[in-house]
Amino acid sequence: MQPVAMANRPFAIRHYDADTLRNALRRMLLIRRFEEAAEDSYMRGLVHGTMHLSIGQEASAVGACLPLDDTDMITSTHRGHGHCIAKGADVARMFAEFFGKETGYCRGRGGSMHIADVSKGNLGANGIVGGGLPIAVGAALTAKRLGTGAVVVCFFGDGANNEGAFHESLNMAAIWKLPVLFVCENNHYGMSMAMDRASAVAAVADRAAAYAMPGVRVDGNDLSAVAEACHDAVARARVGDGPSLIECVTYRWRGHSKSDRNRYRTKEEIETWVARDPVRRFAALLMDHGLLNATDFDVLERSVADEISAGVAFAKSSPNPDPVLLTRDVYTDLAA
Amino acid sequence: MSAAAAVAPATASTTPITGAVVRDLSYAEAIREAMAIALERDPRVVLMGEDIGVYGGAFQVTGDLVHRFGPDRVMDTPISELGGAGVAVGAALTGLRPIFEFQFSDFATLAMEQIVNQAAKLRFMLGGAVSVPVVMRFPAGSGTGAAAQHSQSLEAWFGHVPGLKVVQPATPHDAKGLLLAAVHDPDPVMIFEHKLLYKTKGPVPEGHYTVPIGEAAVCRPGRDVTVVASAVMVPRALDAATQLAADGIDAEVIDLRTIRPLDRETLIASVAKTTRLVCVYEGVKTLGVGAEVSALIAESEAFDYLDAPIVRVGGAEVPIPYSPELEKAAVPQTADIAAAVRRVVRGAV
Repeated sequence: MQPVAMANRPFAIRHYDADTLRNALRRMLLIRRFEEAAEDSYMRGLVHGTMHLSIGQEASAVGACLPLDDTDMITSTHRGHGHCIAKGADVARMFAEFFGKETGYCRGRGGSMHIADVSKGNLGANGIVGGGLPIAVGAALTAKRLGTGAVVVCFFGDGANNEGAFHESLNMAAIWKLPVLFVCENNHYGMSMAMDRASAVAAVADRAAAYAMPGVRVDGNDLSAVAEACHDAVARARVGDGPSLIECVTYRWRGHSKSDRNRYRTKEEIETWVARDPVRRFAALLMDHGLLNATDFDVLERSVADEISAGVAFAKSSPNPDPVLLTRDVYTDLAA
Repeated sequence: MSAAAAVAPATASTTPITGAVVRDLSYAEAIREAMAIALERDPRVVLMGEDIGVYGGAFQVTGDLVHRFGPDRVMDTPISELGGAGVAVGAALTGLRPIFEFQFSDFATLAMEQIVNQAAKLRFMLGGAVSVPVVMRFPAGSGTGAAAQHSQSLEAWFGHVPGLKVVQPATPHDAKGLLLAAVHDPDPVMIFEHKLLYKTKGPVPEGHYTVPIGEAAVCRPGRDVTVVASAVMVPRALDAATQLAADGIDAEVIDLRTIRPLDRETLIASVAKTTRLVCVYEGVKTLGVGAEVSALIAESEAFDYLDAPIVRVGGAEVPIPYSPELEKAAVPQTADIAAAVRRVVRGAV
């Protein structure tokens, strides 16, 4: 290892071992293929309701979770499949939840917008824009009060940064110096409204100044850049220096949800961003640094494909919830 | 308010405390004592709210607790109802036992998202994988001259949400026992405290005890008519019952204590016995707590026993006005309750 050459390498390459990096790439690929398979299942009528796909945003989900361990927590959004997988969720149980089955993460009660895996520190996706922000601050309060050392990553989108909950949450996290990272995935649109029409402030990260916390804006399609910013913020949080705001500039390739007709953006704009595919980009980075070759990538692709088809098969063959148990878990069963 | 002290603590359904010293405490003191006991017994308990620290709370309910337990456990929040309530929800989700005070129940309108979409639903939505043991306290009701944005009785809103439990104590004894029950409960419990009751006194045992959530109390047994009330309507109903007794009408007064879940058995048994029902509640009459109690009886076996139409005495269809005479006219008073009972019993409905 040459110290100078080392310093010139991207953060992820300097900081993580080859297995960790290949696993990160695998998770990005798993997110991509999971969402493609979920979309396909929807088109074929196997899944009802709606879904919000994060295809194109895989680097921010995986990059932000890279510095975390299982005792650290995340809160997620309506576009949260990537966060879920990045925090270690089992795609078979995620598919089962999509299919409304009893074996799903929420036993078929929550669907796409409510998947959680508390055992992995995933406190759940959320159907309300900004709904997870105060909850993340509360989780960080618990971590501080009980001295667990845990850090909370709070994912939200550019749409949420105009909600009152965003401002109230950043303020409270700042006054109490809580161990929380506010990770904004700025995909440029809150449903159809462009960020530059919705906010007079050009960068979400600039809003950090209003709450006396560091604000960092990174290329959200560059896993290494996301991981570096989050790594620094996690380090600050762990030593009691309080919260940070990290803006990951990215783009969703698909529409907001299944009702979206893409009337508010152009094909050319979408194509520009598809060319910046975060998965291919990270794979290329690993190849450039000799940490992955074409054969490795094929093996990885095949293992992801196998996991996806096994997950779909598990979901299809799982039992539906029993309507007799309709009201189970509205309240805790105190007799149990 | 003098009648409040006369409300006997319900003993039948209360955890018995052998040999506990019973003192006269105010409703506010009883709540403070319950919070102090919770803080002493469980390091996970934290109090959160606006001006609950050195100020002592807008109604002096937290009082000196910040000096006894420190600012880390008696936390002043900024004026951020949505964020504050959400922080309490997130803290409850991850292992603390927060007791969150809204300065006025009206301000909960700013926090409905976190209460209704998050606290109430998280356990169900996540398939039972989590629970949200948060307690929220709401100083509620009219009679203080605070006008339309500081005087509402919104408990029925919360009672409409599966996943929440809603209690409404009428006595210092029940205020303490229900709060301690709420702290032990694994699910979100909303406590509606009537501001007019804060200074009323009543017997309160020392030490730890709970009043079960979901149990009403028969606070005055009677033969002729069942009067169902909650919060400050309980002492008013008892005052009315005393007046009615002089006219030979023997009213049974039931204190709901919990409005979600309602105590079906106690209500049905009482109406089956008395054959008449008057529902008294301060919230707006339309779609209120009394509407639900009426429907519960109408749909139950007690319907066959009814000798008169059910009557509701509820709040007027108006925001709470400022002027004292108008304010009184907007919510049921003792005379309104007595008049309604006379009509029901004498068949002149």
